Amino acid sequence: MHIPDGYLGPYTYIAFWIIMIPIWYYAGKKLNTELKSRQVPLLALSAAFTFVIMMFNVPIPGGSTGHAVGGAIIAIVLGPWAALVTISVALVLQALMFGDGGITAIAANCFNMGVVMPFVAYYAYKLISGNSEITSSKRIIASAIAGYLSLTMAAFFTGVEFGIQPILHHTAAGVPLYMPYPLSVTIPAMVIEHVLGFGFLEALITALIFAYIRRTDTSLIYGEISEAQKNEMKRAVPT
Amino acid sequence: MDKIVRNLAIGLTLLIILAPLGLLAVGETFGEWGPEELQEKLGFVPPGLEQLSGLWNAPMSDYAFPGDGESMTVSAAAYILSGVIGAVVCGSLLYVVGKKVAKN
Repeated sequence: MHIPDGYLGPYTYIAFWIIMIPIWYYAGKKLNTELKSRQVPLLALSAAFTFVIMMFNVPIPGGSTGHAVGGAIIAIVLGPWAALVTISVALVLQALMFGDGGITAIAANCFNMGVVMPFVAYYAYKLISGNSEITSSKRIIASAIAGYLSLTMAAFFTGVEFGIQPILHHTAAGVPLYMPYPLSVTIPAMVIEHVLGFGFLEALITALIFAYIRRTDTSLIYGEISEAQKNEMKRAVPT
Repeated sequence: MDKIVRNLAIGLTLLIILAPLGLLAVGETFGEWGPEELQEKLGFVPPGLEQLSGLWNAPMSDYAFPGDGESMTVSAAAYILSGVIGAVVCGSLLYVVGKKVAKN
């Protein structure tokens, strides 16, 4: 899903830089006000984790290879803004140091995997969880669906960005200047391999890590509070 | 809390060690072809793409050491090293920044 240099024309990649700069700025502010000391080790681990899981290539039937992103579990545990920051850092390093994803396409890649993915995941998880207890099995299902859906949505956005290139940029004779394939090819290509393959991998990773963290300490999950805090709140209520 | 971080870090280490398995995965990734592959597919390379694709020469392009024709062992070592570099750089950067901005 890492768009290389040359696939997006200037209209598209410049537009994404313009979109992403204020988003990064806001995410930084958000982290500055929300981040708690006890989350710092998990934040650091998340950045390392998303880097490594994105370089872990997995084949699917049909001759394609791809990877999970880890964006859903990070969004559920640390919140979507922290996920945006960690994934962006990993993507910038992958582009600069390892040529995975283009330099011009950094902002577009950060939008797809760092914005679309964590926000879709976080709200899908919230919506499906509803009022269920943090310990209910519904939450596991919610985390798995969040992983599946969010990776697929990120792939869909990537497909759209690819597919609009022949419309935006071509020679007078109609020769495409950048990504040559139209929307009717790029969207199915990107979506189908994630719907049938990598989405399940993301779902599995999300549910496994979610179950593990929840079993050990539910208060580590974004928006949840610890037993001690709960008791304190009960005591604070005037009777 | 410390136990969770320790266990997740162990899991991450395993993931880095196993990552070269992905090198065995043969297949292409849609939209990530090089200019030569596009030449084969289309019979031409889109001119804008050709121009932009050489914009940046990454020091460890494709998580490999510079130069080609490496054995599987060298490729696997380069892959693991890339994972270590990525994990250490991303992890320590976020740790330092996180410590700076975190509230209790």
